[in-house]
Amino acid sequence: MFFSFFAELREAKVPVSLREYLTLMEAMKKRVASFDIEDFYFLARTALVKDERHLDRFDRVFGHCFNGVETPADPQTAIPEEWLRKLAERFLTEEEWRQIEALGGWEKLIETLRQRLAEQRSRHQGGGKWIGTAGTSPFGAYGYNPEGVRIGQQEGRNRSAVKVWDRREFRNLDDTVELGTRNIKLALRRLRQFAREGAAEELDLRGTVKSTAHNAGWLDLKLVPERHNAVKLLLFLDVGGSMEDHVRVCEELFSATRSEFKHLIHFYFHNCIYDWVWRDSRRRHVEQVPVIELIRTYDRGYRIVLVGDASMSPYEIDKEGGSVERWNDEPGEVWLRRLFEAYPRAVWLNPVPEKYWTGTASIGMIRRISEDRMFPLTLDGLDRAMARLKRRG
Amino acid sequence: MRRFEGTDTYVATQDLQVAVNAAIALERPLLVKGEPGTGKTILAHEVARGIARELITWHIKSTTKAQQGLYEYDAVSRLRDGQLGDQRVHDIANYIVPGKLWEAFEAAEAPVLLIDEIDKADIEFPNDLLLELDRMEFYVYETRRTIQARHRPIVIITSNNEKELPDAFLRRCFFHYIRFPDRETMQRIIDVHFPDLKHELVHEALTIFYDIRQAPGLKKKPSTSELLDWIKLLLVEDISPEALRTRDPAKLIPPLHGALLKNEEDVHLFERLAFLHRRERGGS
Repeated sequence: MFFSFFAELREAKVPVSLREYLTLMEAMKKRVASFDIEDFYFLARTALVKDERHLDRFDRVFGHCFNGVETPADPQTAIPEEWLRKLAERFLTEEEWRQIEALGGWEKLIETLRQRLAEQRSRHQGGGKWIGTAGTSPFGAYGYNPEGVRIGQQEGRNRSAVKVWDRREFRNLDDTVELGTRNIKLALRRLRQFAREGAAEELDLRGTVKSTAHNAGWLDLKLVPERHNAVKLLLFLDVGGSMEDHVRVCEELFSATRSEFKHLIHFYFHNCIYDWVWRDSRRRHVEQVPVIELIRTYDRGYRIVLVGDASMSPYEIDKEGGSVERWNDEPGEVWLRRLFEAYPRAVWLNPVPEKYWTGTASIGMIRRISEDRMFPLTLDGLDRAMARLKRRG
Repeated sequence: MRRFEGTDTYVATQDLQVAVNAAIALERPLLVKGEPGTGKTILAHEVARGIARELITWHIKSTTKAQQGLYEYDAVSRLRDGQLGDQRVHDIANYIVPGKLWEAFEAAEAPVLLIDEIDKADIEFPNDLLLELDRMEFYVYETRRTIQARHRPIVIITSNNEKELPDAFLRRCFFHYIRFPDRETMQRIIDVHFPDLKHELVHEALTIFYDIRQAPGLKKKPSTSELLDWIKLLLVEDISPEALRTRDPAKLIPPLHGALLKNEEDVHLFERLAFLHRRERGGS
């Protein structure tokens, strides 16, 4: 019955499977929701959506699919029969069609509707004859007459002028838009590899006691490898200049990462990587680290994440002396390539929304240099970036 | 089966009611998420009370294993009994300790089983419970017995989103995200908890509360439970609505703010914002 709705949900990338659909059908059969569009909306939401990030997409699809039911029609204008028939076809079961036949058939129904429309001047609610809402007349919305024809309804029955799904309350939970500390933590957790690697190091006390007991008292030592987070990360943050707008997002990312890794070393740069980076953003002229030394110090096992908007003048990337900070003998491009070569597992996170990337030349250049390892700073982009970081090379 | 419609101490919005009733009617687990302090855990308690059922709670920690919910084989006791020559040692069933899930399966009337903070456990934890929650049965290897639920318990699972849950697990659950209550709902919640509160005080407190929540960049936004704590404090200290409304520049942040802002950086931030706000208003 709701298959097109289901299909549209899948199209909108809400991961629904047949199982959820059947659950919804089962719930409908068991009358969990009464004959109320709002109840139905809540039921469909609880059965079909399993992640708050998809709630907004669900709302949009729901609004779109059930728009026909909800579109308010002005009863004073003529309603094309075709439209009514279509509506009815969409919502009436075969059994209901038979009941319509009982009333004298479709033609008759429409005829009566026309007559009543002509008799009726104003909007009407309740009652048993007039077209309006919540009545028992065959015409109008939310009636309880099986022959009823839905004409749409002006407002939700729950005294709200805006329909629940049209309020888009879950917009900020969608993973393709906003990024808060909680979201980032979630994504960065994917980086953690609880790889149980290395030699057996720790005495497994529980295991030892258990297997000793199983062994009827003969001591049987059990060892387990120590659990540790194997991810080592170098984080490069762009500070200053055009990044000011994005500093807040970056700081959130930064504060989230700090607690996640044992080996996390952060550096700051401005716009592009040159021969020096800084350990402290406020003391950039004091605590400088030459990139060459950095590459020597940290082995290839480190992964690197660069966070920057990559929005600058193209000269800053491809010309000597292009840096806005100090004279550079070699262009930024050379240094970037050096960095990407030294650390095969590297990504560039860009807070600029992906759709604007083509508009800035320098973003295109850095994407080329990084071999398309630039990802937007959204939860979805982070997911992709983390997946890329896990791959070798 | 009785429908759940909230209780005298718990305000359930319509969408929450539909979700809970769907889970009850279809005997599927209900997964509840939402900001901390919006009443996820309380929900299970109130559902149990609302439909008059026993509540069994299983709090999950990072070290919890799925097996612990089913049963544990107490090998150490058996070893000791074996060495002391106790006769119980011959029957292995004496050393099988039932877990929470088993307890719920054996109950005479379908209980409410709360699996609290499932995301705290290992990533494999939900997967290990798939079959048990789906078929509501499991097999005890030591005694070669299958334990089957006499009545399918009403399972309520809460998550704080620290870990992503596997799809296969999600597919078997109903899902509800408890949204932060709007002002109207919040008013009802307060009415339920403090029925004789002066209307004015509630009004002022709510205004301040939503102001704080709207302050940009707060590390931890205060939630329902914090608001209730704060109001309780205001009552104990007997703070008048006028004191809340005061626009005394010396008192930039609301009295007893410690109940709402749990982080000194947040307190500083709020002070700064309040100051700017006041200066703006003073200037205009």
